[in-house]
Amino acid sequence: MSATAWLTQFLEVLAALAAAPLFVGWVTQCRAWLQNKSAPSLLQPYRTIRKLFHKDAVLAEHASPLFRFAPYVVFGAMVCMTAIIPSMGTGLPFSGAADAIALVGLLATARVFMALAAMDVGTAFGSLGARREMMVGFLAEPALLMVIFVAALISSSTALPAITDSLATQPRGLYPSLAFTAVAFLLVLLAENARIPVDNPATHLELTMIHEAMLLEYSARHLALMEWASALKLFNYACIGFALFVPWGLATGAAPDPVALLTALPLLAVKLAVAGAGLAVIETVSAKLRVFRAPEFLAAAFMLAVLGLLVHLLLGA
Amino acid sequence: MSTLSLDLQLLNTLAALFLLLAFAMLAQRRVVGLVDLLALQGTLLCAATLLLAWRTGERHLYFSAVLTLALKVAFLPWLLHRLIRRLGVYWDSEPLINIPSTMLLGLLIVIFSFGLAQPIAALASTATRNGIGIAVAVVLLSFLTMITRRKAMSQVIGFLSMENGLFFGAMSATYGMPMIVELGVALDVLVAMLVLGVFFFQIREQFDSLDLHHLESLREDT
Amino acid sequence: MELLGLLAIPLGGAVFLWLFGARRWAPEANVLFSLATFLAACALTNRVIDEGNLSAAREQFFIDPFNVFLVTLTAFVALTTSLFSRPYMRIERQHGRVRPRQLRLYHSMYQLFIVAMLVALTSNNMGIMWVAMEAATLSTVLLVTLYRTPASLEAGWKYFILCSVGIAQALFGTVLLYFAAEKVLGAEGMTALLWTHLNGVKAQLEPAVLGLAFVFLLIGYGTKAGLAPLHNWLPDAHAEGPTPISAVLSGLLLNVAIYAVVRCKVLVEGSLQSQLPSQMLMGFGLLSVVLAALFLWRQRDVKRLFAYSSIEHMGIITFAFGMGGPVANFAALLHMTVHSLTKSAIFFAVGHAAQKAGSQVMDEIRGLITLSPTVGWGLMLGSLAILGLPPFGVFASEFLVLTTAMREQPWATPILLVALGVAFAAIFGRVQPMVFGETAARRLPHPPALLPVFAHLALVLLLGLFIPPYLADWYRRAADLIAGL
Repeated sequence: MSATAWLTQFLEVLAALAAAPLFVGWVTQCRAWLQNKSAPSLLQPYRTIRKLFHKDAVLAEHASPLFRFAPYVVFGAMVCMTAIIPSMGTGLPFSGAADAIALVGLLATARVFMALAAMDVGTAFGSLGARREMMVGFLAEPALLMVIFVAALISSSTALPAITDSLATQPRGLYPSLAFTAVAFLLVLLAENARIPVDNPATHLELTMIHEAMLLEYSARHLALMEWASALKLFNYACIGFALFVPWGLATGAAPDPVALLTALPLLAVKLAVAGAGLAVIETVSAKLRVFRAPEFLAAAFMLAVLGLLVHLLLGA
Repeated sequence: MSTLSLDLQLLNTLAALFLLLAFAMLAQRRVVGLVDLLALQGTLLCAATLLLAWRTGERHLYFSAVLTLALKVAFLPWLLHRLIRRLGVYWDSEPLINIPSTMLLGLLIVIFSFGLAQPIAALASTATRNGIGIAVAVVLLSFLTMITRRKAMSQVIGFLSMENGLFFGAMSATYGMPMIVELGVALDVLVAMLVLGVFFFQIREQFDSLDLHHLESLREDT
Repeated sequence: MELLGLLAIPLGGAVFLWLFGARRWAPEANVLFSLATFLAACALTNRVIDEGNLSAAREQFFIDPFNVFLVTLTAFVALTTSLFSRPYMRIERQHGRVRPRQLRLYHSMYQLFIVAMLVALTSNNMGIMWVAMEAATLSTVLLVTLYRTPASLEAGWKYFILCSVGIAQALFGTVLLYFAAEKVLGAEGMTALLWTHLNGVKAQLEPAVLGLAFVFLLIGYGTKAGLAPLHNWLPDAHAEGPTPISAVLSGLLLNVAIYAVVRCKVLVEGSLQSQLPSQMLMGFGLLSVVLAALFLWRQRDVKRLFAYSSIEHMGIITFAFGMGGPVANFAALLHMTVHSLTKSAIFFAVGHAAQKAGSQVMDEIRGLITLSPTVGWGLMLGSLAILGLPPFGVFASEFLVLTTAMREQPWATPILLVALGVAFAAIFGRVQPMVFGETAARRLPHPPALLPVFAHLALVLLLGLFIPPYLADWYRRAADLIAGL
């Protein structure tokens, strides 16, 4: 592995850690613009995390060790994910481990630990959030796997860097299967990251919350890690989306060109900006679904992904 | 993946969207939404016919496209909207099996149809032969839509969607049927809708509702 | 020329009666149009006997021995039904069951129905045949619901939806047929859908496609013919409409549907060179016979009883066509004729009986022989005829079918015999109390005009005793045509 490859790898993880809260701040800012409100500053998420790190952690009396180290596991899983998603280059040293199914496995690990921790303390909200999260996750995972399978079929590999490489070199044209899969991926993104129309990230109403309910018991550094992990998750999803559907501008190859790396970073920033604005638009335009309609939403995502697969098999496009 | 010419890519995209619309019909609860989806299907058909006509240079396809436009995009949706307004049927009751299960069943049906159409597509000589599988899938999906609905209007829209699928199949396999047959089929569909319009009023007059469980009382020993 | 008259007269009649169908003389006009159609049919038949197969309108129409006798039969039964309908609908109007405006619809749709069936019979273009079959369904949907009762609306809805879905399958089958034909015949000049051309090249058509096409065509046209398990709409539709409509639906439309199936079978058999089409027809036919015979026992409505009897006989006809070979085909063609005549005669008698009793429930109709001997005897003789008693024609055709079955498909013979026996018991057991039971009602002051009933029964008797040579020759030629000889 060349030095540039290692540099790319390092930069990717660093950029993710640094930029994830900024991304969340950007989405909030765009939403506020669209809704004619004034948003908190772009750096507010950083301030929140810093504030939380300075506080003392308060734990419930009968909280088990699982409760204490779940945030670390979740955060660690998200950081691992950033290492294997090709956001800036495809010649990563960790390419060997960068199987798309491993990716989904990491997401599942994070989800399971979050849910277990939420149920650990035994409050009503925790169990409620855990149940709903598992329901959403149970349906979202197959949809995400389907999306990745379609991409894998097209590029004959399940390693994400390899998929990105082959998709980046495809001839330009209309590919309905990829279009369907892109929409399916978007739906899964909305569901998994607790965005409207599946969940409102700003609400604390029992009737409607899924993700927030699981975090209610956490405080101080644990809460900081969990919030950071959520921001990282959204960032990762956005990068997966770019890798699959907008794969141009990356530093490709096992020994990437340093110049390509230099252009990949600003290009990533531009992609994220556009994606954030798009996400804000979707959130503003949609109304939140009733919780029992969430399975239909995800069934639509799954069905779209399978349709993309079938259309690819039939039409070859 | 091969690099197809732009019009073939467009045709493939239209075919994929056509299939997607059939699925959207499965999940749609509002009757007005169903009619709009039907109109959209007609538009897709018309666009595909025009593309095919431009690509192959067959003149009867142009007529066919105009006929589709007039009948399936303009007249039938207008007639159905009018019926909906006058009969007041805006919503369908809950379908017989819930929507996620229906969609999963629909996926199985699509796989089955693709398999069924494989031997036929292998024999076809048209460039759009892959569309045959999609046509069969749309026909069967429309059939599923008809079966799982309770309101008469939704069943009729499912039936019209089935006709659209058949038309698409004819177009993909053989670049359309002879003109006189297509005219005849269009005439039949038109007359069927007119007859149905009258029929719905009769049903409504008698039962004060277009819910089909009123129409399930004839049994063997009556 | 005769063909043009044959098709133009009922079409003109439909338009005319749409405008004037509510007048007092509308039923007579209906009869006149039907008579003119019948005369045109006779003239056409004459011409075919003299000149052989006819082709018209750039080969879009084709008359050969198979469909010419069906054309004449259709025109004849249409005529007698219009004769029956004259007093019948008058009485219905008096009873208030139909309004004058509905009679306009009735008369014009009647003629439209006739023309649709005639087009389906004489068309050489498989696509146009499809269009005409669908048109025939559509023209009768509103007739089935003429009385606007809840039961008739349900019957009409089932009829519409089931037949339309079925016939959509037939459309897909036609598309597949066109697809296979286009490869051999090319898309120029619209010859790819013409039956005569297809018949000429049937050995070159792709077997896989034709096999699949036949499945769809059989399901589609089989639904219209009332083959089990697609027969659900038939008892309701035939029972709930006005009796003349029941008569023509049972007597004529089912024949046209079977005709369509057989035309397709000839093509597919030539291409597949296998027993699959025959086996499918035999299977569906037997299933229909058995199901109908079993369901006959549960019926309480007299028209539903005879509707199931129609399903049974269509099953026998389909089975016979499935067996194939000149004798079986001859038997099937003969059976089509006599069943048409007998069933419509029965419906005429039953219609009057139900009208008198004010209900179609069999328990409420009693003692017809004392109330009105013509109706009583008509029903009795008609039932005996349809049950296959000699010397009526149905016995002859059923006998031929059974003997052929014993020779070629011995496993089916016991099934057929048992089913026929069960049907015999069911129908006879129901009809006997209706005709000979006790009733306290008074005898009718005037005898109803039931000439059509006895005319039909006389013809059936004649066909049972002695088939005129030209008719026999006709049947034989048609049978050979179907058997592919």
